[in-house]
Amino acid sequence: MKETLAIKILSSHCKKQVKAGELVVVPVDWAITQDGTGPLAVQQMEQLGLDGVFDQKRVILFIDHSAPSPRKELSDAHRILRSFAEKTGAMLSDIGEGVCHQRLVEDFVRPADVVIGADSHTCTSGALAAFSTGMGSTDVAVGMALGKTWMKVPETIRIELEGEFSPWTYAKDLMLFIIGKIRADGATYMALEFGGPAIDSMPMSDRITLTNMAVEAGAKTGLIASDPVCREYLKEHGRGDDYQEVFPDPGAEYSRAIEIDLADIGPTVACPHRVDNICSVEKIAGKKVDQVYIGTCTNGRIDDLRVAASILKGRRVARNTRLIVVPASKRTFMQAMDEGIIRDMVEAGAVILAPGCGPCVGIHEGILGEGEVCLSTQNRNFLGRMGNTKGYIYLASPATAAFSATRGAIADPREVLS
Amino acid sequence: MISGRVWRFGDDISTDLIAPGRLFHLRTNLPELAKHVLEDADPDFPKNVRPGDIIVAGRNFGLGSSREHAPLIIKMSGISAVLAKSFARIFYRNAINIGLPLLEVDTDHIQDGIVLDIDLNKGIVTDKEKTFTLSAIPIPHFMIRILEEGGLVPYIKKYGDFCLD
Repeated sequence: MKETLAIKILSSHCKKQVKAGELVVVPVDWAITQDGTGPLAVQQMEQLGLDGVFDQKRVILFIDHSAPSPRKELSDAHRILRSFAEKTGAMLSDIGEGVCHQRLVEDFVRPADVVIGADSHTCTSGALAAFSTGMGSTDVAVGMALGKTWMKVPETIRIELEGEFSPWTYAKDLMLFIIGKIRADGATYMALEFGGPAIDSMPMSDRITLTNMAVEAGAKTGLIASDPVCREYLKEHGRGDDYQEVFPDPGAEYSRAIEIDLADIGPTVACPHRVDNICSVEKIAGKKVDQVYIGTCTNGRIDDLRVAASILKGRRVARNTRLIVVPASKRTFMQAMDEGIIRDMVEAGAVILAPGCGPCVGIHEGILGEGEVCLSTQNRNFLGRMGNTKGYIYLASPATAAFSATRGAIADPREVLS
Repeated sequence: MISGRVWRFGDDISTDLIAPGRLFHLRTNLPELAKHVLEDADPDFPKNVRPGDIIVAGRNFGLGSSREHAPLIIKMSGISAVLAKSFARIFYRNAINIGLPLLEVDTDHIQDGIVLDIDLNKGIVTDKEKTFTLSAIPIPHFMIRILEEGGLVPYIKKYGDFCLD
């Protein structure tokens, strides 16, 4: 059988040939939760009467969504996770260490792994050719205890990418374009597999942005084959030995194939309150913004911060506009400090917050006021997402976000040099 | 057999609308969080929902975050079933895992406030006056068994493992 990436990884884990549509029980390599979903997972494990995890080195509790805690109820939720980690020996990634998905790609997940996480953006790790998918607290609680889960083997949509990005256009613009094309439920129950010559030359940070947003098209996971770029990334992170080549078979059966030439795409914006409500940046340019947020598991990596800083250096954040920057991980934060990026951003008027999810989830660190507009590099712009149903969220790339912050309005980053 | 009054919602009801991030701190206090269920989509819902009522929605119900608190507080509000044209996959799993029945069915012509009868096993939905009958996409047999046990926790407690056959 000619296998898609999803089928190849699941077949090797199930030790049998699986096919799309089949229900299977799969051993998992990683089971993870975060502070929004972890306390319920811990409670469900207690209900199960199971107090141990299947492998202490394979279960990670992340504290990233409300980190550090902005209120006492959340401080107590964090205590539940810390004490569970202490009791079971499971790993804990505490405040300041970064967003779970960024830490997973930097430090943990290996090509061909199966990952389940109680966070919808667990699909992010698919950029390392892992089958990585989001579930709820109960599914992950059972996974943490038994080291396995069940799933329906997904069909796959192949996204074939060729050509090169025009200047000031990035993977974020591409992914918003793709979601606009197939819609927010266009890949429900399916895997999105990205490939083609444009992927071969794409850096890991961009690949991670693509797989991160697979769930915004409803997908179970996003996947990219491992290759020399992936191998180099693992080596840079001290994990060269974790590399394994995993790729789909030529001639594998896809439910649909979509071909895109990167040169056809320009800077793209998703408008309130849907991720698939996209338009070109020119169409919305001039829209006043109160807040700009650069960060998250979608676009808080060093490459993202470099692009933003290159625009901010020597410019000023516009009067009456706030710029919030949150590095996705401690590693990213330190690298940005070493490169002088943080200094350039702060000089330009940015507020830098501790690595984590920042204001993306509407808990703290930048809740919108009534009628306020935020341009963010995050992955969701749902009504109420940033803590106020009377706020308006637009999504864009770090370049568009940084340039817009200096203008106080949504601005086309291609005008940076003019 | 389920019988209940319809609360009608549109397309793309996200988990942010069901259990908003601004109430993140209430996730460890579900009775309190349940007082706000779906209030950002319909402020009357949490005030007037009655045990046995049914949610009827359009496409992609439950999209977004994996927060299981969303189906949990819908269940706690007394809702007996959720019908939608389609569900986001994580929400679908979560609902079954916590024992909230749901059915994928063409909901276009179901109006707010009417009373529906639902046969979950057969996947048949009719209105009280029997003016229409709708066939739902069946829930996979394996998931029906989880639902019958009251959710994944009681299921695993009973069987000790996943039994796909």
